[in-house]
Amino acid sequence: MSDHDYTPKSKVGKWFNDRLPLLTLANHLTDYPTPKNLNYWWTFGGILTFCLITQIVTGLTLAMHYIAHADMAFESVEHIMRDVNYGWLIRYIHANGASMFFLAVYIHIFRSLFYGSYKSPREIIWIIGIIIYLLMMAAAFMGYVLPWGQMSFWGATVITNLFSAIPLVGEGIVTWLWGGYSVDNPTLTRFFTLHYLIPFLILGLVVLHIWALHVPGNNNPVGIDIKKPSKDTVPFHPYIVIKDGFALLMFMIVFAFFVFYTPNILGHADNYIEADPLVTPAHIVPEWYLLPFYAILRSVPDKLLGVVAMLSAILILAALPWLDTSKIRSAVFRPLYKQFYWILVADVLILGYVGAMPAEGLYLLIARVATAYYFIHFLVILPVLGFKEKTIPVPLSITEPVLGGSVNFATAKNKESTIDK
Amino acid sequence: MSEKKTNRRDFLFTATYAVGAVGVGATIWPMIDQMNPDASVKALASTEVDVSLVDPGKTITVLWRGKPVFIRRRTQDEIAEARAVKLDDLKDPQKDEDRAKDPEWLVMLGVCTHLGCVPLDQKGDYNGWFCPCHGSHYDISGRIRKGPAPTNMEIPKYEFVNANTIKIG
Amino acid sequence: MKNFLKITSIIISLLVFSNNSVAAEKVEYLKTDWSFKGLFGKFDRGSLQRGYQVYTEVCASCHSMKYVSYRNLAEAGGPEFSKEQAKAIAASFEVVDGPNSDGEMFTRPGKLSDKFVMPYENVKAAQAANGGAYPPDMSVLVKARGGGVDYIYSLLQGYEDPPIGLTLDDGVHYNKYMYGNMIKMANPLSDGLVEYSDGTQASIEQMSKDVTTFLMWTAEPHLESRHKMGFKVIVYLFILTVLVYYSMKKIWSRIETEV
Repeated sequence: MSDHDYTPKSKVGKWFNDRLPLLTLANHLTDYPTPKNLNYWWTFGGILTFCLITQIVTGLTLAMHYIAHADMAFESVEHIMRDVNYGWLIRYIHANGASMFFLAVYIHIFRSLFYGSYKSPREIIWIIGIIIYLLMMAAAFMGYVLPWGQMSFWGATVITNLFSAIPLVGEGIVTWLWGGYSVDNPTLTRFFTLHYLIPFLILGLVVLHIWALHVPGNNNPVGIDIKKPSKDTVPFHPYIVIKDGFALLMFMIVFAFFVFYTPNILGHADNYIEADPLVTPAHIVPEWYLLPFYAILRSVPDKLLGVVAMLSAILILAALPWLDTSKIRSAVFRPLYKQFYWILVADVLILGYVGAMPAEGLYLLIARVATAYYFIHFLVILPVLGFKEKTIPVPLSITEPVLGGSVNFATAKNKESTIDK
Repeated sequence: MSEKKTNRRDFLFTATYAVGAVGVGATIWPMIDQMNPDASVKALASTEVDVSLVDPGKTITVLWRGKPVFIRRRTQDEIAEARAVKLDDLKDPQKDEDRAKDPEWLVMLGVCTHLGCVPLDQKGDYNGWFCPCHGSHYDISGRIRKGPAPTNMEIPKYEFVNANTIKIG
Repeated sequence: MKNFLKITSIIISLLVFSNNSVAAEKVEYLKTDWSFKGLFGKFDRGSLQRGYQVYTEVCASCHSMKYVSYRNLAEAGGPEFSKEQAKAIAASFEVVDGPNSDGEMFTRPGKLSDKFVMPYENVKAAQAANGGAYPPDMSVLVKARGGGVDYIYSLLQGYEDPPIGLTLDDGVHYNKYMYGNMIKMANPLSDGLVEYSDGTQASIEQMSKDVTTFLMWTAEPHLESRHKMGFKVIVYLFILTVLVYYSMKKIWSRIETEV
């Protein structure tokens, strides 16, 4: 952290701060110079912090009542829903909170893709973000197993069986994961342990994510480097805090609507049937936020290659800072990239849709085309685009662009508007 | 900036802080209340005990709400002894008549009022109960006579359903 | 801001839409007015009490309801029987308790704290008595079926003669709303099967509606307080959002002059 020159005013404060510079840290966080032209897509960092804390707090309280045992898990969840004071509220917040968390993280990721936030010098922030995302998926998957409903059980069976695709050691790994010859009580207890652990790992990584962010500072809708502190920046508190707070409240209204009025709409009915190792539900579907990857998995007719394709689809993102060869960050100044960006968004949505459909006929064909396009986007289009694309000239600063009168000038100057797409 | 403008802004901020604080408080409450006894625990009302096989001079211990309840069928000597104690000698003055509706039967929570251990039957200096944890002596009416415990052992709500059955709770 | 709202609302509606459409193949369920739907939805007490009667007299001989207790019948937001009524209902059931001091199990009249007595001791016994098909536990049945209340309501009225050319095995019945149209449960309802104490005509339609309402309550016993709290929370959030919005405008107006 760059601002070491801070000295607390009070004597006690100075004494404390010399020994543990917490006040310096607090001062750094409040004064942290932030680009003043950040739009509302940038508020999702704060929203995600809120989501993480909500999940941890509600998760801890649920863990006080939940019983991680194959014979009692389902019943203990019903006990929470019926008898525990506000148990239904806490559980519905936790269950829907997972969906809201993923909704926010997808917006956060796609914001980064649009404005090129992953590019130099922010590669490490991006890679930490990808690790957080992977851990989120692991936590969400294991959390979904805990109620021990039919989808819990069969989801766990299907996902753990992915590891059996690994040649030679695959079967051994699966048995090891299960702690038996099928998904059963040992599997449930270890999933509970890991589900409890992962959020704290995420919390630690979030600290690193923010730390890494505070070294170069925020990217911004114009995508240019800014001098800080300068006329282009505002102190984080109160300007960004209040703006993040406003966005967070709107997010919470949507969240509350799900929790109070349609708490089960994002879940699957079969998970209210207790796990039965003898009967598989007619349609096995993962939670919505995993559907695109599920579609990629199923679109490959080979077991091992399917798993490889699914994993690559996530891991390819880690290589993104080097796959995208363009020097310009923001899509605002990259007319071609902007189009491909929206095609990618559509592609992922299509993958999500076919992921929920049976893997046959036209759906399978669409899934294959969409999967192919997904990889082409990252492996072919992005590298080539960096060399071929004719970009729009970029302004020199947020407040004083060289190109007076252009669209970018007007929008960049207006501190709260989003850049027109 | 004029005076008036500052005031209005202050009011807006104060209102925002206040409303926000109310919301934070209201959010914290469910997280605290979930640790209170839940509906199923509260509903565990009563236990019925068959006492037909308890001989005079014997105590049985039953479980009620996760705690031991002593049910002692007292002998005539014990009743006389309990009733003879002067209230002035007691740390927590209470008549035996108020503790045992039917003098033959003493029904009380077998939990030492000091720090919650279970006292031993027919031990101690007063012919009643003795708590091994920190040495509290109780008499045959379950009243504290010596030691650190502040009050007599608690009498739960109970009733005789019939001559042989006591309903606790 | 406008763009932002537009795009997020599209994403959210896609989310909800896709989850809905994926649920199951499209069958048109019978429709009726459910009093518990909507922002202020509440249960119809009379319907819940009648539904309880249908459940005990018709369904309970095969279907358990193991997560519901007799005390729930007297709780706010449910059928709201009086405490005495609920006690009497509980006492009318024989509950296995024990072991007693001799180490033996014994039966006693039910208490408010008891769970609903199950018709069979375990799943195997239930299967054995029902030709291999386990009559599912009804505690959360409404939430465990894709179509929810509409599905249950329709299923109860969906018994028909099988179409010509389709022969059914013994103990299998034709139901036009059942997944695959084959159901092991025989048509449970017939007009006038129960006698409602409040004088309501016990038509198949009426009984279906009442028992489905009752099942909705057993699946979501806190639905009413959820709706009430939800309204308060959203109104509160809205007020705070407005306050924060104007605070934000004020704060950002400070740098307007600098720009």
